[in-house]
Amino acid sequence: MKKDEHVVVIFPHPDDEAFGAAGTIARFRKQGVPVTYLCGTLGEMGRNMGNPTFATRETLPEIRQQELMNACRSLDINLEQLGYRDKTLEFEDQDRLATHLFRYLEKIKPTLVITHYPGYAVHPDHDAFGAAAIEAVNRFEPNQRPEVWALAIKKDKEKDLGEADLQFDITDTFEDKLAAIVAHKSQASGILGGLNQGPASLDQIVKDKLSHEAFYQWSFNEV
Amino acid sequence: MEKIKARLIQDYLNQFVDRPVYIHLETTNGAYATHHNREAYNVGAFIRNAQVTFSQAKISGDEKSYRVGLKTGNGWVYAEGLRDYQIDQHKRLLLAGHDDQGRLLVTLELSLQPFTN
Ligand SMILES: [Zn+2]
Repeated sequence: MKKDEHVVVIFPHPDDEAFGAAGTIARFRKQGVPVTYLCGTLGEMGRNMGNPTFATRETLPEIRQQELMNACRSLDINLEQLGYRDKTLEFEDQDRLATHLFRYLEKIKPTLVITHYPGYAVHPDHDAFGAAAIEAVNRFEPNQRPEVWALAIKKDKEKDLGEADLQFDITDTFEDKLAAIVAHKSQASGILGGLNQGPASLDQIVKDKLSHEAFYQWSFNEV
Repeated sequence: MEKIKARLIQDYLNQFVDRPVYIHLETTNGAYATHHNREAYNVGAFIRNAQVTFSQAKISGDEKSYRVGLKTGNGWVYAEGLRDYQIDQHKRLLLAGHDDQGRLLVTLELSLQPFTN
């Protein structure tokens, strides 16, 4: 562990951290590196209400907030809830979003920021928040600036971006990742069900689809 | 939520007639429709905390798909595909339709107080 290392994860939804980066987050925690999750929304507009239904549009935010806190406790990371509404991030003023994020980064002084790759993250919230996060990091002086690892989700991302720069086999922290995913239980079965192509068990689906995490190293071009 | 009982919902709707009511109206096929199926594309709309006053309210259809129409001073509020309901502790009427995996397809909610956020 380098001195004063601190990782900040910036995603808009409860469960983004679990599906996208929990294996990597767990590795940092095992090395004793503090990790803070800046979570943009409470996933208020999620669709998975269960069958039979266990949630309504109005109760979902509280349920997901509890799950988010459980997941962060299980990953042993700090949580900051930024209080935006699901699906609306792209309509917020991007400059103000970046300023909001920068205020946290200024205080935490992270060495690494993990966020979505703008334009390659499928959900408009992911794209907008990723762009704001990168803009926030860009506001640091180059010699103070943390690294950025960007998570791309889009199916044909390699066509444009090439292979991801950072590829992690997360087998050694897989159990931690699974625990984080399961903590988001209102969403986990629905989302994993969407990945399911056959009758495989949840564990097997997770192992096959999620045993590996990859990020692109963001490069800030100085003019 | 429970399966809609049309009589009960009609009675409840009637209590909102001629009073300013906050609505949440939404339909969606999910943010990942295109991602999971190239032939599909994302469709959705929501309006939250619009205040309307309606002079007539009616539920019609059957358990496969109920429809609700609210006649306002100069227009309509309409939702289709409703199957489930809940009257919550704030006396709000929540109506919704879900697919066979429990994913929300449509919801219409009525409240005398604004919804949060
Ligand atoms: Zn997300």
